[in-house]
Amino acid sequence: MTKASKTETGSREMTGAEMVVQALIDNGVTDLFGYPGGAVLPIYDELHQQDQIRHILVRHEQGAGHAAEGYARSTGKPGVVLVTSGPGATNTVTPLQDALMDSIPLVCISGQVPTPLIGSDAFQECDTVGITRPCTKHNWLVSDVNDLAAVLHEAFHVATHGRPGPVVVDVPKDVQFATGIYHPPSAFDQAHYQPKLSGDLEKITEAVALMATAKRPVIYSGGGVINSGDDATRLLRELVKLTNFPITSTLMGLGCYPASGDNWLGMLGMHGTYEANMTMHGCDVMVCIGARFDDRITGRLDAFAPDAKIIHIDVDASSINKVVHADVPIIGDVEHVLEDMVRLWRAQSAKPSEKDMKAWWAQINTWRDRKSLSYKPNDDVIMPQLAIERLNALTKGHDTYITTEVGQHQMWAAQYFDFDEPNRWMTSGGLGTMGYGLPAAMGVQIAHPDSLVVCVAGDASVQMNIQEMSSAMQHGAPIKIMILNNEYMGMVRQWQQLLHGNRLSNSYTEAMPDFVKLAEAYGATGIRCSKPDQLDAAIKEMIETPGPVIFDCCIVALANCFPMIPSGKAHNEMLLPDEATDEVVGKAIDEKGKALV
Amino acid sequence: MAKEIQNQNKPVMAPPASAYFIAENTEIIVQHTLSVLVDNESGVLARVIGLFSGRGYNIESLTVSETEHERHLSRITIISKGTPKVLEQIKRQLERMVPVHRVVDLTLVAHSKGHEKPLERELALVKVAGEGNDRVEALRLAEAFGATVTDATTTHFIFEITGRQQKVEQFISILTPLGLVEVCRTGIAAMNRGVDGM
Repeated sequence: MTKASKTETGSREMTGAEMVVQALIDNGVTDLFGYPGGAVLPIYDELHQQDQIRHILVRHEQGAGHAAEGYARSTGKPGVVLVTSGPGATNTVTPLQDALMDSIPLVCISGQVPTPLIGSDAFQECDTVGITRPCTKHNWLVSDVNDLAAVLHEAFHVATHGRPGPVVVDVPKDVQFATGIYHPPSAFDQAHYQPKLSGDLEKITEAVALMATAKRPVIYSGGGVINSGDDATRLLRELVKLTNFPITSTLMGLGCYPASGDNWLGMLGMHGTYEANMTMHGCDVMVCIGARFDDRITGRLDAFAPDAKIIHIDVDASSINKVVHADVPIIGDVEHVLEDMVRLWRAQSAKPSEKDMKAWWAQINTWRDRKSLSYKPNDDVIMPQLAIERLNALTKGHDTYITTEVGQHQMWAAQYFDFDEPNRWMTSGGLGTMGYGLPAAMGVQIAHPDSLVVCVAGDASVQMNIQEMSSAMQHGAPIKIMILNNEYMGMVRQWQQLLHGNRLSNSYTEAMPDFVKLAEAYGATGIRCSKPDQLDAAIKEMIETPGPVIFDCCIVALANCFPMIPSGKAHNEMLLPDEATDEVVGKAIDEKGKALV
Repeated sequence: MAKEIQNQNKPVMAPPASAYFIAENTEIIVQHTLSVLVDNESGVLARVIGLFSGRGYNIESLTVSETEHERHLSRITIISKGTPKVLEQIKRQLERMVPVHRVVDLTLVAHSKGHEKPLERELALVKVAGEGNDRVEALRLAEAFGATVTDATTTHFIFEITGRQQKVEQFISILTPLGLVEVCRTGIAAMNRGVDGM
């Protein structure tokens, strides 16, 4: 913690609770997601007496966390959560870990029992900093009111600098009541935590030289580009244009390069496109920008991009060489590194040979012609792919944000919705948190009240935080929940079909609620559609109906998500939809493979 | 276009097992000594230890104490075992923690200076109880090892020994049959030879 050192304009005496509110204001916070309780009442009392910060009351603290994540991801600003001690704090653990895995800046302020009671098993006491230590970037227990301002400002600094992530500040109730001197953020020097932003110029030069020798290059981009900001996106697009390299992206990076762009290959990885995965497998130079070689991306590691020289740009040094060896490691912020890279590329006369690039693109186009996202149309039942394609078509012209829950619907949304801009796609990637999408949609809508916010959900996931419909109603957040309802936990069932002899243990959802009536019970609008010829009208109705809507889109029950890299296989061993007969699906993973998934 | 299987020459691996690709570890395991400079604040040791347990890293020895009182800095010396790749990860993971100021792999530095390993010392208190010949022998051995007597009655000694880990080990094992009662060891303190600081 830094001590106040600079000029102290704006410093004055106040209570700890006042300091919390003041620090939020001074750090630019305008919206806050939370739930009151005994140990945060002094802060809630302060919130009640001001009008600069809007408090969004949720129905469950997990909802507050995911709402703040959606808010953060769609704005680039940190999301802020306020919860009470004990269960209030423990309920935030899932969103904190989610934000840690997906590098989302969150500041969670939790109440704590008064300092003299800490360790006594007091009512609603838990070891919040102990419990949240591994699921935050950093956390603090503030035991002296005179440290509070410094800690709060540092919390915002840490959450938003370097690789973004969640932080927790635990404030005991007696500290909230105590009086001390508040110092504004400008009084503190955050020199101690300053992750390196510029990449090593020597390495960048080496990378650019390597790129110029490429015969079969690929750019593999990720969520780090979006976290780095709009300039990073602009520079990435410029780099693609200058080099004419093909580009793919992880689930988290969708939108950093437009899906309508010429060089776009689609998403890569387990449910990525054939062309993206084959390009990765066949490349000789891979430029990884703000991605981390997750196991859902690489597939079988010893057969991952066997011929590739790898350039890896990441602001987090621990991501480099963690899974895959980087031949040219560049530690730095994407924006800073790409700026140098673009400049050096322009200045350098060596370029890949046109003949090689032409041959490479010809090869890629043959993979594209494989049309790995094709599916069999059906006149009687709604295919999930069609549902997303129609959503994509009918939301064009709207200012649209998409969130998802986790499962098959998430993959279909990633595959069939075209993202042309960053910060438009909010999904739980690393942790795979069912229950993320609905509260995240509310958070996005709070930040963008006039935009169209659609949560593509599954019938199982949506029930995990369905209570936040009530919050959306209260705060006038007109979110649209489009449930791809197949009455199964579809992705669980898909894996049971692949790995467990089609024994569908507990993946069928019996006693499904009537989602239309459920919407109505919350005072929202419910829509149901099960016929392809009525789908467009239903989607339009969902978009045009004011206020929150639950659209129960009843899709074909047994569709599975393809293409797919089966467990333990390499990028060039994909299972394509037209090959995925029941027999092939049943044999896609061998006996030894089944044991370890 | 690409080779079917990359590692033709490597020993045959079990068939690909899972989306969680689990490769057999064929790299050699080495032991390194890390020096970590941290803010001496509440919970900092728990953070460091939690990183090791949470990510499955080994701790062979851990020593910590505040070394710069004015700046409230503690120096943690950790000895860990792993593949060179894992040891690099440990360093990177430590470096990104907010209260961590510096991480130096002392073993790598020692190698770069042409030394086998950094200077490493450990202190142990060794209590021996006995009479007659055993007692005389214990005292004689202590002298031979350069251990000092820090407490004694007619029936016991407490020896204090400082030195390389191997020497401490040896001293303890020799004293075992002579009435060894208890041992307390500090773990290893380490720094590199030469004029440069960490």
